[in-house]
Amino acid sequence: MTPVQVIFLLTSLLVLGTALMVVTAPNLVRSALWLIATLFSVAVVFVLLEASFLAVVQVVVYIGAIAIMFIFAVMLTRKVMQDTGPQTNSNWWLAAVFSLLLFAGLAWMLSTWGGFGAQAAASVPETTIVDLGQALVSPDAYILPFEVASVLLLAALIGAIVVAWDR
Amino acid sequence: MIPLSWYLILAAALFSVGLYGVLARKNAIAILMGVELMLNAVNINLVAFWRYQAPEQVVGQVFAIMVFAVSAAEVAVGLALVISLYRRRRTVVAENIDLLKW
Repeated sequence: MTPVQVIFLLTSLLVLGTALMVVTAPNLVRSALWLIATLFSVAVVFVLLEASFLAVVQVVVYIGAIAIMFIFAVMLTRKVMQDTGPQTNSNWWLAAVFSLLLFAGLAWMLSTWGGFGAQAAASVPETTIVDLGQALVSPDAYILPFEVASVLLLAALIGAIVVAWDR
Repeated sequence: MIPLSWYLILAAALFSVGLYGVLARKNAIAILMGVELMLNAVNINLVAFWRYQAPEQVVGQVFAIMVFAVSAAEVAVGLALVISLYRRRRTVVAENIDLLKW
């Protein structure tokens, strides 16, 4: 087993372990902190996949913005839900069965695909951030999804402010 | 070398854990955390396919960046809704938010 494989197994154990803690922790603040650990482990997975820019974006956007928003929301809605007592609704066993079935189904269906055991290309061509930036703003490339995503973020920004406005 | 299957199985497992979080939790914010786990699983899938199938093109990373933007927008609006509900109805338990139920 090569060192990269060992690192991948440790990282995937981290990802799945912290994700399980996110969905089972009774205290919601602890759940948000476990979510930060999961997001960081996913950034490590991105580094293993040699997508370094995406790893940095994952840390900055997901941990630096989205996880902080989660912690804000948890702190602002503390009083109504007791942290003791069941945090799962009465059908949690059915949800567990369904999740396991979904995972088994996905794994089986992927294993029947021809390219399942594909090995990585030898090395990633040197695509710099300049290439990524040019792909996002070039008219021959992906300027339209980029602009649509900007409009979506603007709509979400205005919508969130209006929805949460304290009348 | 790590075969592609390892990354796909990891993404499928993370997606299933997120799905359990969405289906089994009472608190609306905990449900949104499960959705975030599912979106991260999708991102792992996208970047793995980019690395293994077409590393010379940059479109795989562009797609992943779009998923980042969409998930950020969705979390912002979702949490704004939860906070607004908390102010009006003093509850964040998803079962009690039943104004539109028959």
